[in-house]
Amino acid sequence: MKGAEVLLKALERQGVEIVFGHPGGAIMPVYDALYDSPIKHVLVRHEQAGAHAADAYYRASGRTGVCFATSGPGATNLVTGLATAQMDSSAVVAVTGNVATALIGTDAFQEADVYGITGPVTKHNYLVKDVADIPRVVAEAFHIASTGRPGPVLIDIPKDVQQAEFHGDLEVVVDLPGYRPTVAGHTKQLRKAAEAIAAAERPIMMVGGGGQVAYQQVMEFAEKTGIPVITTLMGIGAYPAGAPQALGMPGMHGTVTANRAISHCDLIVGAGLRFDDRVTGKISRFAPNATVVHIDIDPAEISKLVKAHVPVVGDLRDVLPRLTETLGRLDIEPWWARLDEWKGMYPERYKQDKPLVSQEVIQLFREATGGECVVTTEVGQHQMFAARMFPTTRPRTFITSGGLGTMGFGLPASIGASFARPGEQVVCIAGDGSVQMNIQELATIYKHQLPIVIAILNNGVLGMVRQWQELFHAQRYSEVYLADSNPDFAKLAEAYGIDGYNVFDRATAAELIPQVLAKGKPAVMNFVVYEAEKVFPMVPSGAGVDEMIIGDQEAEEQVTAASDGEDAPSSESEVPA
Amino acid sequence: MSPRRHVMSVTVRDRPGVLVRIAGLFARRGFNIESLSVAQSEEPGISRTTFVVSGQDETIEQVQKQLQKLIDVLKVVDHSESAFVDRELMLLKVAVRSPDDRVEIRQIAQDFRARIVDVSRHALVFELTGDEGKMNAFVEQMRDFGIIELIRTGRIALPRSESGGGRLPAKARTRAA
Repeated sequence: MKGAEVLLKALERQGVEIVFGHPGGAIMPVYDALYDSPIKHVLVRHEQAGAHAADAYYRASGRTGVCFATSGPGATNLVTGLATAQMDSSAVVAVTGNVATALIGTDAFQEADVYGITGPVTKHNYLVKDVADIPRVVAEAFHIASTGRPGPVLIDIPKDVQQAEFHGDLEVVVDLPGYRPTVAGHTKQLRKAAEAIAAAERPIMMVGGGGQVAYQQVMEFAEKTGIPVITTLMGIGAYPAGAPQALGMPGMHGTVTANRAISHCDLIVGAGLRFDDRVTGKISRFAPNATVVHIDIDPAEISKLVKAHVPVVGDLRDVLPRLTETLGRLDIEPWWARLDEWKGMYPERYKQDKPLVSQEVIQLFREATGGECVVTTEVGQHQMFAARMFPTTRPRTFITSGGLGTMGFGLPASIGASFARPGEQVVCIAGDGSVQMNIQELATIYKHQLPIVIAILNNGVLGMVRQWQELFHAQRYSEVYLADSNPDFAKLAEAYGIDGYNVFDRATAAELIPQVLAKGKPAVMNFVVYEAEKVFPMVPSGAGVDEMIIGDQEAEEQVTAASDGEDAPSSESEVPA
Repeated sequence: MSPRRHVMSVTVRDRPGVLVRIAGLFARRGFNIESLSVAQSEEPGISRTTFVVSGQDETIEQVQKQLQKLIDVLKVVDHSESAFVDRELMLLKVAVRSPDDRVEIRQIAQDFRARIVDVSRHALVFELTGDEGKMNAFVEQMRDFGIIELIRTGRIALPRSESGGGRLPAKARTRAA
């Protein structure tokens, strides 16, 4: 048996059913072996898309995603995808071909130092120089990727190693003495945590991406204690949006209620999150009165940014049930009275005097799907609107690039998510800027006839950059204008064999969205929306979460003075949050 | 609080690229290494590296945690937390301009227990081991004569026995029993 076959057999042993990839010279032996393998291969049209699809496959299913690429440019194209997975703790195993070992270091054709390049953007990586190591390396890679804090692992295999004859045993035992993630929370720390929580008068729970694996445990903790629950961008779905105890998303574009709760609380139970700067704003103004109980499986996240008074290292699935067991219902009625008051004060709003705005398109999708779908997003304003107005109620159903903020993630992610959850409706909320960064994947969607509806919220500009330029750069709109050279997205979709729709007004949007969804086919819906819409509330970069710009009125007062009243006072309609 | 210097021992598996990972981690996270030395430990396949890093306590805690996350890192010990012995090796080439200088240099070297490892008409090369203070003092003394070049290994460190570092190797245990 040759190295390439050993690789595929080893992947099979890990339960791999599907691989996203793109072939090339240095990985041809693997693709040759794939010809006879039961593993399904999805041919993406750019390696970056393969990495994002594998990443989203994990996020949507909890099963490690796998992608293949060739040496040199193929492998370097994976880098953005690996960095995205690393930042959002997503279990991905990437396999790259490399030039033959004798050529390594000679600047051979399509050679790159992939091991060196991918080290900083992976949890671990390997350069396999001996065919005998393949089974062990594959087993270790899956173990490392999927346990502890998940992350991407890359395996670089030179072409001659893929072709070398293998005589060893496929059976291996993983022995990594330097890698022993702490799963069980320390009993003493748990006791301290429980005492602090029980004593709190104004507690909140903040759930991050770690909560995606602990939906049940988060739910039980919240139900028993009655604690208010904030879910970060990565935590959407880890606690159902719209539940009575849900306060929404915190941070830069968080809800007023969530950010106020953070500013006024006396205790935070941080569960599976890393207090990213987009969540905390200025650290010194973040939850100034709170005792912080920080539960995370990665000890390096504890007290990295926000000082933890009670650190608990462990898996939420172990820690939360043990806390739930010792705690009773918290006596926090006065706190809830304040929170409920804030909740009622700031419902989501959007303009009614424009033919179509982003938020209402998202709202229409939410209504048409009943929230029973997988949402993927690109990165920008539409992402924030989606997080706020289309948060899902089940875990692993809101898939977005949080940490790295990768434009171009959403479209290929919808492919990975669709393969992970066959038959489920996937809605990709995109912007006209982001969607063009991996638009070639329409071909992959067409080929597999995946039930993905891509909703392009087309405002003709790079909306988030434009928003910052409007608010913080004196309306100097530098290089954000796309409308004069955007393609006709409906025609573009049709060129790929996919149904395309251009939508310009709310009546058509309301009529078309349910119809298109009902077809269960791939579709691109291009919604031409109001250009100058902004995401509010907003915590300006570097400010504290208590320094929110709450709505258009405040911002427009500053803006209209300088922009000829372009934004005349507008009527706004309220939408339930 | 002002930055403090920490001497840290990191035990790693001898895997290709492990040093690159450690160095990369320091660079990426903006930690500053003052010195670094690596060599085989008592166990085959395991190396012991000693770092001197300075930083705020929180920074050092992050350094430790981030190092511990590397798959090939087995153990991270901050010696500043307990008693330890540390040594450094230096080679120093000093100019000899006159017979008087030669006598004086050799006398100072004797006081420091520095060994002469190379002799020529116009220069002497000394080998000196010791802790950092001794190294610095010797360098100061030699400066007056004219240091031509010098090289230091950086510190290596082990915890003192009474502070619980290390354990008896299996063989020794058998013999004791």
